[in-house]
Amino acid sequence: MVRFLGALVGLFFSGILVLSFINGAIAVAPVLSEHGHLVAPTVEHEFHKHPKKVAWSFDGPFGHYDKAQLQRGFQVYTEVCSACHSLHQVSFRSLSDLGYSEAEVKAIAKARQVPDVDPKTGEPATRPGMPADKFPLVYPNDVAARAANNNAIPPDLSLIAKSRHDGANYVHSLLTGFTSQQGYKNEKGEELLKKFPDAKTPEGGHFNPYFANLNLAMAPPLTAEGQVTYGPGQPKPTVDQMAQDVSAFLMWTAEPKMEARKSTGIAVVVFLLFATVLAWMSYQNIWANKEH
Amino acid sequence: MSFPWAEHYTPKNPVMKWVDERLPLPRFVYNAVGAGYPVPRNLNYFWNFGVLAGVALVIQLVTGIILAMHYAANGGVAFDSVEHIMRDVNSGWLLRYAHANGASFFFIIVYIHIFRGLFYGSYKAPREMVWLLGVVIFLLMMATAFMGYVLPWGQMSFWGAQVITGLFAAIPVVGEPIQTWLLGGFAPGNAALNRFFSLHYLLPFVIAGVIILHIWALHIPGSSNPTGVEVKGPQDTVPFHPYYTAKDGFGVGVFMIIFALVLFFAPNAMGHPDNYIPANPMSTPAHIVPEWYFWPFYAILRAFTMDLSIPFTGIVIIPAKLLGVMAMFASILLLFFLPWIDTSPVRSGKYRPLFKKFFILLGIDVLILGYCGGAPAEEPYVMISQIAAAYYFAHFLIILPIIASFERPDPLPGSITEAVLAKSGHKTGDAALAAAE
Repeated sequence: MVRFLGALVGLFFSGILVLSFINGAIAVAPVLSEHGHLVAPTVEHEFHKHPKKVAWSFDGPFGHYDKAQLQRGFQVYTEVCSACHSLHQVSFRSLSDLGYSEAEVKAIAKARQVPDVDPKTGEPATRPGMPADKFPLVYPNDVAARAANNNAIPPDLSLIAKSRHDGANYVHSLLTGFTSQQGYKNEKGEELLKKFPDAKTPEGGHFNPYFANLNLAMAPPLTAEGQVTYGPGQPKPTVDQMAQDVSAFLMWTAEPKMEARKSTGIAVVVFLLFATVLAWMSYQNIWANKEH
Repeated sequence: MSFPWAEHYTPKNPVMKWVDERLPLPRFVYNAVGAGYPVPRNLNYFWNFGVLAGVALVIQLVTGIILAMHYAANGGVAFDSVEHIMRDVNSGWLLRYAHANGASFFFIIVYIHIFRGLFYGSYKAPREMVWLLGVVIFLLMMATAFMGYVLPWGQMSFWGAQVITGLFAAIPVVGEPIQTWLLGGFAPGNAALNRFFSLHYLLPFVIAGVIILHIWALHIPGSSNPTGVEVKGPQDTVPFHPYYTAKDGFGVGVFMIIFALVLFFAPNAMGHPDNYIPANPMSTPAHIVPEWYFWPFYAILRAFTMDLSIPFTGIVIIPAKLLGVMAMFASILLLFFLPWIDTSPVRSGKYRPLFKKFFILLGIDVLILGYCGGAPAEEPYVMISQIAAAYYFAHFLIILPIIASFERPDPLPGSITEAVLAKSGHKTGDAALAAAE
């Protein structure tokens, strides 16, 4: 009885699935004959680019952050990005990871106003930051953020390198990927505006093939060499260099414990290898006279 | 335990003797995982996965209980509290990554454990109860993992909760009230987050309870083995301790190495980047996907694209969405009936040539379903998952009962010992042959 009912259930579901498949195949046939694909091609599918690979100092199991690079990246963030983008998961005190001294961290915090209440009147007020504070928000709320940015909200950057696929590479590619949509071609040599004349970047948008839907509200933030002045002994602040530096910095804000994680991991794996070899030997020893 | 030749507990230490007379806990441990539990001597490495699942549960419990000390289940601060754990709590990053990846590894282990059971016929008499309790554990794990994924309150948490509770809305008439009741509101919010947290803390202990029943039920007939031939005498078994404690020790070591490699060097590889974006009810992610361990079932859910209707009338009997929900639940619930669906008297797939082929096909089929479940809901993935899902149901409900009736199994060994000696005899034979050449 169970088998009979089971077979009926099986026939029911499998039958409907086969019918759905046939139905789908009929629906897909004209698309296939027209485009040579099962899905009608979209502009995102045809012209979106995957991030360029950058050789980061923090790649691989032994990777470390390059403190000088993180400091340069922090400088780029401060002078360029922080006009619109907050970093509100990050505490000033954690900047000591970048190699800043206690006094420098205090000075960095002090240069920023953080929200508080006036100790005398209880009214909302601001005061200079302290190392224990987090980076303050740029806009008091989303409505203010939208009002100031052509109806787009500049995302908080604390976790941007983990909330995008291939984050550090993505940020670097996005920052250096702005280009003119006029005459833009993909690797197959197809021209975007010829293939998709309706996909023209809307007013106030900026074309960037690394962005998921190809047009974003942010204008190119890094436009000229030397836009940020690096200290002596540092590399030349080309657009690519600045983009790399700020991407590395944002990787650090997203994953500040990465170095501790990797070094702990190496110790743990070495210990486990040792323990597992011992476990293997005791297993072999105990089973030595037992055929199995 | 139930074997007459099992060693009986005689306390050597006077303290143990004193304890055992008042509370026979030492006896219980001895009979459950000590020298008093005889186990077939021929178990292969696939039999390590029960113990490994236990290790994974303990990892989840320990890391989870500590995480709960620092986590705040409130829609306004949940996301930030997870970041607080990652940044400010001592070794918080380790706890959270261990817990998140631990869930994935728990499922990897349990899937191997289930497929071990499917291949070696561990669900067959007299172990049906072990299997049934195992399916209950699997269902509880799925519920626990789903609710756990909601807690960080990222985009995938929020929209996953929306989609999965939305499945209940497909039930006719009472569906939408049920969804509202489950969520405590019309959309996932603070009420949903709080109850999911509460249940996410409760269910693991329920799982632990059902695991005790699962192991208890196992100890009545004792473990099955790769030949599927029942134990015939003391020569077929070895005491669990030290033989299998030593082998499991090695297995746990290998598991921990693989777990550590992912945990420390690729902790986000099995997660979705969107869950690092705070939950936003106003912005729907482009592709809402659950965690990878749900992908095969998600593919079955989405494979139903056609309403069941009376042809040429347009009268819908069952809408596509409801069909998908029914099929998704059926795909797991059918496992409860497996002991009575597969009637082949031969337990182990090793001696079932036809079954073996279909079993391999099922393995590939589930991998394909998994791949399609993680892919966007567009062609060709939907069409592939339709065929794969059709095979999934056909395999369990049609093919298994049919092949059981006309398959001619290979000859079975007379006993476990005979199989073991034949295997090692082969080896010496081969060595002699090689030496002669």
